[in-house]
Amino acid sequence: MTTLVYVIAYLGIVFFLIAVVARFVFWSKMPMHLRWELYPVAHEGGGRAAYGGSYLEESDWWKKKREVSLLGELKVMVPEILFLVALREHNHKLWTRSFPFHFGLYLVAATTILLLVGGVAEALLPANVAAPINAVIGLVAPWLGGAGLVLGIVGSIGLFLRRRGRELKDYTAPADLFNLVFFIVAFGVALVTFVGYDRDFSLVSAFVANLATFNLAPLGSGTGVLLLMLSVVLLSLLTAYIPTTHMSHFVGKYFAYHSIRWKDEPNLRGGKEEKVIEELLHRPISWSAEHIKGDGKKTWLDAATEEPEVESK
Amino acid sequence: MKQPDSVKDIAKNPGQPLAGIDPLEQIPLPPPFDKLDEEPPYAQLTDEAREKYVVLDDTIAVNIPKPQSKEEEDRLVQGFLSGLEKCMSTEDNWAFLQPFEMSMEHCAHCQTCSDACPIYEESGENELYRPIYRSEILRRIYFKYVKKESTKVHGDIDLNWEVVARLIELSYRCNVCRRCAQTCPIGVDNALLSREIRKIASMEMGIVPKELHTDGSVLQLEVGSSTGMTPMIVKDNIEFIDEDTAERTGIEIETPWDVEGADILLIHNAGEIMAWPENPGAFATVFEAAGLSWTMSSEAVAYDGINYGVWYDDVQFARVAVKHAAAAKKLGVKKIVLGECGHAHKALTVIADKILTGDLNIPRESSMVTLRDIIRSGKLKLDPSRNDFPVTLHDPCNLVRLMGIVTPQREIIDAVVPKGRFREMAPHGVENYCCGGGSGFAIMSGHNFADWRHHMTGRRKFRQILEAFQDEPMDQEHPKYLCAPCSNCKGQIRDIISYYDAWEKAGIYYGGLVELIVNAMVDTEPGFIDWEWH
Repeated sequence: MTTLVYVIAYLGIVFFLIAVVARFVFWSKMPMHLRWELYPVAHEGGGRAAYGGSYLEESDWWKKKREVSLLGELKVMVPEILFLVALREHNHKLWTRSFPFHFGLYLVAATTILLLVGGVAEALLPANVAAPINAVIGLVAPWLGGAGLVLGIVGSIGLFLRRRGRELKDYTAPADLFNLVFFIVAFGVALVTFVGYDRDFSLVSAFVANLATFNLAPLGSGTGVLLLMLSVVLLSLLTAYIPTTHMSHFVGKYFAYHSIRWKDEPNLRGGKEEKVIEELLHRPISWSAEHIKGDGKKTWLDAATEEPEVESK
Repeated sequence: MKQPDSVKDIAKNPGQPLAGIDPLEQIPLPPPFDKLDEEPPYAQLTDEAREKYVVLDDTIAVNIPKPQSKEEEDRLVQGFLSGLEKCMSTEDNWAFLQPFEMSMEHCAHCQTCSDACPIYEESGENELYRPIYRSEILRRIYFKYVKKESTKVHGDIDLNWEVVARLIELSYRCNVCRRCAQTCPIGVDNALLSREIRKIASMEMGIVPKELHTDGSVLQLEVGSSTGMTPMIVKDNIEFIDEDTAERTGIEIETPWDVEGADILLIHNAGEIMAWPENPGAFATVFEAAGLSWTMSSEAVAYDGINYGVWYDDVQFARVAVKHAAAAKKLGVKKIVLGECGHAHKALTVIADKILTGDLNIPRESSMVTLRDIIRSGKLKLDPSRNDFPVTLHDPCNLVRLMGIVTPQREIIDAVVPKGRFREMAPHGVENYCCGGGSGFAIMSGHNFADWRHHMTGRRKFRQILEAFQDEPMDQEHPKYLCAPCSNCKGQIRDIISYYDAWEKAGIYYGGLVELIVNAMVDTEPGFIDWEWH
């Protein structure tokens, strides 16, 4: 029984990682698209990002070195990821629900990582080094994990109720509700385990340490252990499930910003992009309208350069 | 106001409108237009039009005839599904595949975009005009009928010819200003989805408003300009404009044509030449006074910077962009400078950037930048007191939110308008509101569509304009200048000013940016801006 729980936990993590990598590969393998940026672009240098300006404000911009600021991107991305700044600015009502949900997730994830670090430290480091590390983790983890579970549940319930509200109800599919219920149940069981049977995180710490060191040792018996195993199963399934749904938007959002909204790199004559464009322009076209007559052999280049037939009005 | 209760309503009530405007229920405008019952009458769609064409709401943009047989009905549905599949193809839609798929997959339905959409807000939050209403229909069709995925995951929707036809109509109830995308926490772009629906309709089904296609990009490619001007006519018109401008300014000018090796190829929106001749005249005056090496091209297509394909069709877009670049290549110019036309700016500078290679990849620059540099150079003697009237600035979406050109036009205004006379709209810059004519609407006036856009798409901008001037006496004796450095925006603003008699009742006049420069030039006769001509 315990072994099965370990296996499920491993599978959940492995499936999550594979699915996330697959999503990254999926988006990054997409062909180059036409520019469709949207200002402000966070990496614009020269103080322009602050008001939404671009290098196109410069005369003869193609002769000048572009000022691109990684720091500018970080100044936008880090608060956006941690605090959902765009949502807070444009939809504060939803932010009061979405922020606790997301921040709760971050805290739970951070707690799990801390426990993994503790387990690895105990296994690999000398006892006099590992002990203080685990002492700190032992102090911090219950607070972080507990807060994360509470915030996650509060946020999930808030989002669930909002989805049942007038404005969103019609745009809500059964799966959207299922996703939130899944979070509420998985986090709820974990919270009951923590509050009722594992206040000092000793059970979960031991489990995660075993997980980190591939030691599939039994955890013992009793209600607390059973609830812990149920929590692990539910959270593992949830972890595997997330990247298969539109909740994988944490991957998509990276590309939405870096490959679309902020993708302002110009195609300079003789530059590296021209070859890629040439290949794309030679792809076949099969659009059927009369003014295109794509037959699967005609290329984009053909279509763009052919003289138009005179159409009757 | 009549509005749909659900996304699924798009398939219900055949032949009946799903929504309608009651102008008496709209949010009142600022004074002196704050009495709803004194607003101009809102023209109704005729019974004949309702009989003949597919009905979505109380106007018609696309004129999709009602099918007369089952075969025609099926053709609409199958054509749409086929186009939708092609939108997901790395061959047929490499140009927008990633942005399209991103917006199809990741919408969380949070409705953050709704508050950003001026059409939705000015409609009284009518569900039909909610930015994700049309996107959600598209998504559900895609996941249910193309990908055959569960409706429990993506939502359910019925599909029939009327859904397809109404969805195409609905794609022409969006200005594609992308203000919604700017606020999306995830990066979903509902405006892009409007454009992709338009693409499916045009590129697969051949369905597109006549003003954009037959009278737009097709005419441009056939004769040289959507205005119908041939190379010979455009040269005649510019000659007349040169003479007229010289009379008004006292400075002789002769627009150079087809000068090989010139530094700059200037491409205007040809609508300026026809409707606002003072604009190309002012450009010529400034460029000549600054001693620039410049030319216009009499090559067909190259004297009209418009590119309507940017609103509905990637192939038409590419054809026009290539013609523009080819003309520049033929002349051997160092760069193309785009006149005061927002969509021409975006089309050739940004979107065409990833299709022009080799010797067609000729640098493009905004005239805002060129004019700003002329001002900075000190080559023009300027007297800002000649522009001693209240001025506000409209930010064309294409130029500002979609290209990041924000400060050059403000620097120019700062140099040619006296201190204290310029006021910003709220909001402005990259958060501006569309004029209401975006994505082709400014040139679309079939049936009662012009009235619809005045009440729906242009109302927020008109509200902003009025608010910007509220500290001034709102009468004709106190003229106010709305600077709109975009031909398309000017078209919409002209129409709405005329609709509300805003010149007569509030003294609101509109024009471009370069006119303000010439009006301030010490070397010209005073009074270049002709307040009575509007």
